[in-house]
Amino acid sequence: MTTAPAVRKAKVRPADRIFAASTIIAGSLILAALAAVALFLLAESIPALIADPAELPGSPESFWAYAGPLIFGTIWAAALALIFALPISLGIALFISHYAPRRIAQVLGYVIDLLAAVPSVVFGLWGIKVLAPALVPLYTWLVDNLGFLPFFTPPVSGTGRTILTVAIVLAVMILPIITAISREVFLQTPVLHEEAALALGATRWEMIQMAVLPFGRPGVISAAMLGLGRALGETMVVAMVLSPAIVITFVLTGSTNSNTIAGNIALSFPEAFGISVNTLIATGLVLFVITLVINSIARYIVSRRKAFSGAN
Amino acid sequence: MSTSTGSPRETTSNGIVNSLTTGRLPRWAPWVILGASWLVSLGIFTLMAAATASELNIVLALVVGTVLFNIAIYVIARLIEGPRQATNRLVTSLVASAFVIALLPLISLIFTVITTGLARFDLAFFSNSMRNVVGEGGGAIHAITGTLLITGMATLISVPVGILAAIYLVEYGRGRLSQAITFFVDVMTGIPSIVAGLFAYAFFSLIFSDPGIRFGFGGSIALCLLMIPVVVRSSEEMLRIVPNELREAAYALGVPKWLTILKVVIPTSIAGIATGVTLSIARVIGETAPLLIIAGFTTSVNTDLFSDRMMTLPVYVYTQYANPGVDVDVYLERAWTGALTLILIVMALNLIARLIARIFSPKLGR
Repeated sequence: MTTAPAVRKAKVRPADRIFAASTIIAGSLILAALAAVALFLLAESIPALIADPAELPGSPESFWAYAGPLIFGTIWAAALALIFALPISLGIALFISHYAPRRIAQVLGYVIDLLAAVPSVVFGLWGIKVLAPALVPLYTWLVDNLGFLPFFTPPVSGTGRTILTVAIVLAVMILPIITAISREVFLQTPVLHEEAALALGATRWEMIQMAVLPFGRPGVISAAMLGLGRALGETMVVAMVLSPAIVITFVLTGSTNSNTIAGNIALSFPEAFGISVNTLIATGLVLFVITLVINSIARYIVSRRKAFSGAN
Repeated sequence: MSTSTGSPRETTSNGIVNSLTTGRLPRWAPWVILGASWLVSLGIFTLMAAATASELNIVLALVVGTVLFNIAIYVIARLIEGPRQATNRLVTSLVASAFVIALLPLISLIFTVITTGLARFDLAFFSNSMRNVVGEGGGAIHAITGTLLITGMATLISVPVGILAAIYLVEYGRGRLSQAITFFVDVMTGIPSIVAGLFAYAFFSLIFSDPGIRFGFGGSIALCLLMIPVVVRSSEEMLRIVPNELREAAYALGVPKWLTILKVVIPTSIAGIATGVTLSIARVIGETAPLLIIAGFTTSVNTDLFSDRMMTLPVYVYTQYANPGVDVDVYLERAWTGALTLILIVMALNLIARLIARIFSPKLGR
């Protein structure tokens, strides 16, 4: 072995070039689309940001005075939804991954995924026609008995179209994604860890505490953030169920509730014209930035571990 | 883990008490306690209902009964089995209750949609539009055609782009670009749908300088933005599980890379890709907010994607609910029937996806 054989380059075929180039173009198109979303939203928002605030809808003091209550409402509703959804999702995920018999576990997973298949407008219809009336007695009871808390200050809403109803429907809608990701992460727990815990005499719950939850914590955190991202951007439920007002309030059961950005756009856009269109797009840009930041952090946490996303 | 922590036998066959399983509740105990708690709760609620002459609220009674069960099982297990087992039993019942709690809205929703939606689930609903309809009658043919056209166009654009991008990620992608695409595809799955609609509106209203622009194709573009990431992710997943031996065998026979991909890799994974595409259609066909913004709403059939407003089924449900006429019930009935149709379409798509995956997936095992 004195002379290494000359390196022969593979023949480059034109078809190969064309195919490779078209895949690159398709991939770059996705990046370009995301950039275009930011760019065009910004371009359409600028008129609202530089306009005289008096021309904006409702003539607020500034654009941020207009957007402030909406931003608050968006985060408030989404946070409430997350508070309801997270414990239940974790319970379901544990139930499917560690409690239910193997044979039916997959079927139970499908059942929860059915929730994700229901279109949001149907959830909205159900929320306003079924859930809201059903919750009125509960709200009345809460306000009568816990009215001293800032969350249940009287008067009570007579229709049930409150931010609490919205948050419950949103919680139902984000259950599937949080459950799916947590379930996947819990199933990845090393079996040896679990068996070691059980062999040391741990009960099933102690095994979960010692082996499953510490292993799954980053996955659960990012699942919660992805769920939060969904709840922030959910539109139709808010537009249909909430009885909105331009206020910042923590009251959960009243008839004046802070609207969300998405809900406000859906309600106002069809009739908007001129500068109010730009204002709505500017609030949409704010929503885009908020969800982008939250999703990026969640994706960053999840991508440091195993490849798993809510898209599959 | 399905490892059982229950106690199978309390005594060995020769009647000697097994010291390993004493001090444990028998297997049937939780079910008996659950039944007893429900009975007690139902009894109390029936008495209360009789006393106040109000209607018996069975759901509330069962909920209270379940709470009662959680307390009872904890106390009983703590007395007999000790605190560790008691906590274990409490968590087990809490986790199972979480699952049942999640089922309640699903059952209630499907029940309501079916019972109220069937009222107008007739021929007129699928053959009439809402043109010149005030009050009774009318249908959703204009919305159904609109949904099919807009979603179809979105599929036509998203599928090639999505699959090519997935091929890039799996077969060609190295370094920064593929990392960036992977990351941003994941981020894109979280874009709020209404932002996609606003983008389509901003884009086309700037290009055509028409601030009141509403047309179907814009809706397709908005849906693409939501659909492409789903297609990319699912196709990528499917392409990755194609065994490398297949590619190497093709290369060894002198097949060019692009032909290897087209003739070997894609046919192997086509069932999975088709499943992913079907699921992505199911996901976007129920989108309301972007179409409300860029496709608008109308009462007549419009089959031209490139001009004028176009109705879609989700927006139809919304407008029937939001802008009712004098006779509210008639409009609501149409909304529920629209919701039923929408759910049936989505369920059918999900079923088709599962069937494709079941029937056409290659048999890799020997």
